[in-house]
Amino acid sequence: MFARGLKRKCAEDEEASPAYSLQRQSLLDMSLVKLQLCHMLVEPNLCRSVLIANTVRQIQEEMTQDGSWCVPVPQTAGRASRDRLVSTEILCRSAREGARPAPDPGDPASELQVVPAAQAPGVPPGGVWDGDGPRENRGSFHKSLDQIFETLESQSPGAVEELFSDVDGSYYDLDAVLTGMVGGAKSGQDGLEAFASTAAPPPSAGCKSDLGELDHVVEILVET
Amino acid sequence: MTTFRKHSSSSFNFAVNFSLVADVISTVEFSHSGDLLATGDKGGRVVIFQREQENKSRPHSRGEYNVYSTFQSHEPEFDYLKSLEIEEKINKIRWLPQQGAARFLLSTNDKTIKLWKISERDKRAEGYNLKDEDGRLRDPLRITALRVPILKPMDLMVEASPRRVFANAHTYHINSISVNSDHETYLSADDLRINLWHLEITDRSFNIVDIKPANMEELTEVITAAEFHPHQCNVLVYSSSKGTIRLCDMRSSALCDRHSKFFEEPEDPSSRSFFSEIISSVSDVKFSHSGRYMMTRDYLSVKVWDLNMESRPVETHQVHEYLRSKLCSLYENDCIFDKFECCWNGSDSAIMTGSYNNFFRMFDRTTWRDVTLEASRENSKPRASLKPRRVCAGGKRKKDEVSVDSLDFSKKILHTAWHPVENIIAVAATNNLYIFQDKAN
Repeated sequence: MFARGLKRKCAEDEEASPAYSLQRQSLLDMSLVKLQLCHMLVEPNLCRSVLIANTVRQIQEEMTQDGSWCVPVPQTAGRASRDRLVSTEILCRSAREGARPAPDPGDPASELQVVPAAQAPGVPPGGVWDGDGPRENRGSFHKSLDQIFETLESQSPGAVEELFSDVDGSYYDLDAVLTGMVGGAKSGQDGLEAFASTAAPPPSAGCKSDLGELDHVVEILVET
Repeated sequence: MTTFRKHSSSSFNFAVNFSLVADVISTVEFSHSGDLLATGDKGGRVVIFQREQENKSRPHSRGEYNVYSTFQSHEPEFDYLKSLEIEEKINKIRWLPQQGAARFLLSTNDKTIKLWKISERDKRAEGYNLKDEDGRLRDPLRITALRVPILKPMDLMVEASPRRVFANAHTYHINSISVNSDHETYLSADDLRINLWHLEITDRSFNIVDIKPANMEELTEVITAAEFHPHQCNVLVYSSSKGTIRLCDMRSSALCDRHSKFFEEPEDPSSRSFFSEIISSVSDVKFSHSGRYMMTRDYLSVKVWDLNMESRPVETHQVHEYLRSKLCSLYENDCIFDKFECCWNGSDSAIMTGSYNNFFRMFDRTTWRDVTLEASRENSKPRASLKPRRVCAGGKRKKDEVSVDSLDFSKKILHTAWHPVENIIAVAATNNLYIFQDKAN
């Protein structure tokens, strides 16, 4: 089990621990939701938004360095041991349901589906990432975050703050949203344990749904 | 100076509890002499308490604070350009040093600072010539004799009137105001800029710090707090969301973009996590009364810095280290973004800050002892001593200990204040104000 806050041994560093990747992905999802949630009437808290955006960037950078960002390269590339950001106890949400069938790489509709544990190792070639539709590749994730800022900045001087939304009020709303977004996953210790018992997904698993969500975010923001 | 003994009951008693049921308290501040205590709340109201004078007939009421004045400082506004509401919540109150019979304070919401004059009236003029006692005008043709109005005593009335409104100078949300030691100027800081005002001039302010990047997508750091040095009127500090503090000297240039000193503690690589930056964000910075030190509050600790040493703090006090393993949950429920304040006692020998579960923490810098106390009605009978509280971080929970998992994160103490001279503290717990006094008094 992923020990709280402890640095893992060197040997483990050589491979991105699946539990760690899962938790990191979960944190990324949570952060994107926080940035996305718009709180209507009152101007959002800029400090909070900046801190969340920085966290998203950190995760994204690490995932890029890890090579766990989905590119058609062998999984072991870019996995050199380096200073890993040790994540502390991450809320255990089983974000990835083990039961769903592996997506057909050529099927765009599957892109938004959660990639299950049973998927074969290695990234599906071509198709999904190069292709049709507003699918973005790894490099453009960086761009997407900036695009979001740019778009809003150009709309009006203070508009970038609209991206930076404040989740004020009830703490439990976010819970519900998160749970809803990842398909009613269980929270708490049960989730991780239940998940750990199935095969861990390859690191690329997170990318599809992640990018899908990001597109969703971009679409919403561009349209506003 | 009283030491806070960890194992015996705290020396703080005389819990005087005021319930401000209407709204959440958002700021607490003693006046310079400590006889007045101002609170601001989320509804834009300011409530001022005054300390009872010593009275032989009611010895127990000495030092009690009673409501002195209440007024609506700010109203909600609507920014039509952005289609956003501007909250009326009072972010900060700062007293001006007393110069006459009247008292002055600055109160601010996200966008506008106001200077309020609070004055007492205990006399009323009677016997006017041109109007009668009801205020109706008398017919001048019917006046046959002149009289001199005389002053008659009346029930004490405390009036608050807005004397200045400092508006339209901040694009972003104001987080700090600080009165300069010259008593003529003050600063206001928002997320990206700090402005300098003259108390007499409302249509002009000078921008002295601006960290807004030319390209907003490059924004990675914001200003979180700012304060003037208590004695050197040209020196100010401001803290950032990246855990750094910059000291600026206004004499060096008009725009203090280049700091004179830069305070940052090197990161401990072994405890690095995705939350490191967030928990390093400084939520409050306060100079010591002496002006030799400053204190910063980040999410888990309070640090004391010697102004002559930029490389690291001279003291670090853990507020609630047991939360370190819960950071992800606290990130999820947004508690990790809570901005706790901190304060010094009058002699700078002790510091205080709040925590969750209505706990607050005090650290004695001379004996290096600390204590956790609770501000709650159940635990505060008048004149009873406060019992120290303990949080059980893990393992077997002892009797009277509170386990980390049962902490109530909605009960947070963000705002505390310490009397400038005596051992009297004011603690704001959501919409309740607690005032505690030292038994030794």
